[in-house]
Amino acid sequence: MTTTQTAPVVPDFGSASTDRKLAIICSKGNLDMAYPGLILANAALGEGVETHLFFTFWGFDMINKKTMADLKFTPVGNTAAHMPQGLTPMPGMTAMATHMMKKSIAELGVPEVPEFLQQIVDSGGHLWACRMSADMNHLTEDDLYDEVEGIISASDFIEKTEGAQLLFI
Amino acid sequence: MTTTTIDGHTVHVNEEGFLTDPSEWDEDLAKSLAAQIGIDLTDEHWKAIRFLREDYAAQGETATLRRISTVGGIPTKQLFVLFPQKPAKKLAYVAGLPKPHGCV
Repeated sequence: MTTTQTAPVVPDFGSASTDRKLAIICSKGNLDMAYPGLILANAALGEGVETHLFFTFWGFDMINKKTMADLKFTPVGNTAAHMPQGLTPMPGMTAMATHMMKKSIAELGVPEVPEFLQQIVDSGGHLWACRMSADMNHLTEDDLYDEVEGIISASDFIEKTEGAQLLFI
Repeated sequence: MTTTTIDGHTVHVNEEGFLTDPSEWDEDLAKSLAAQIGIDLTDEHWKAIRFLREDYAAQGETATLRRISTVGGIPTKQLFVLFPQKPAKKLAYVAGLPKPHGCV
């Protein structure tokens, strides 16, 4: 049956300003643990949600110029890799698993980490580095991806993301 | 199936209001759809809309923002200026196409 409305049916894209905010704490430096935060941040920005990412501990590898393009995936200790666990520590296994994962990600048109961070920034996302992680690794802003807005303390981040929904990855 | 009349154009839409039949779309309708969501179409908007239509015709699915920037050559920043807040969905709506399904 066909129904006809008098008022046009138009999608609800929400109001011009939403107060929804998302904070994502990225604490891992493995290739497979870098993507969930990036994908969710990108999705939130596409929905008009103010998004802040805080890189801490191993997550620092995602914004360290020296490591960010070279994150690795290892099947060691990962039962979801569906391999006999005794084989996983064999030489070359991590390199092979990383290569395969990067290939499947690229086939989906999903960018590598540095380019993905740029896309997030271009979409209006904010990148923050953890003060303690910087101090522990003797790193300064010069060592970090240029789009990182600053090295801030945990309390600064909590303050900046007041009222935000939070994801810890 | 619901039909709705927008600015004199009667079209089939889903429960959210997105067109369900891309062949019912034309450039005149796009202006009316854009007006419904408060957008005045400029040449820059048209470049994005035409890319989306052509890409959909070739690929059978709506391009994501990533694809519009890498394949269509329209920078992400600009898409957020042209179609504020929710560029992928707003652009799909104005182009008379389904929302993109891809995550990135």
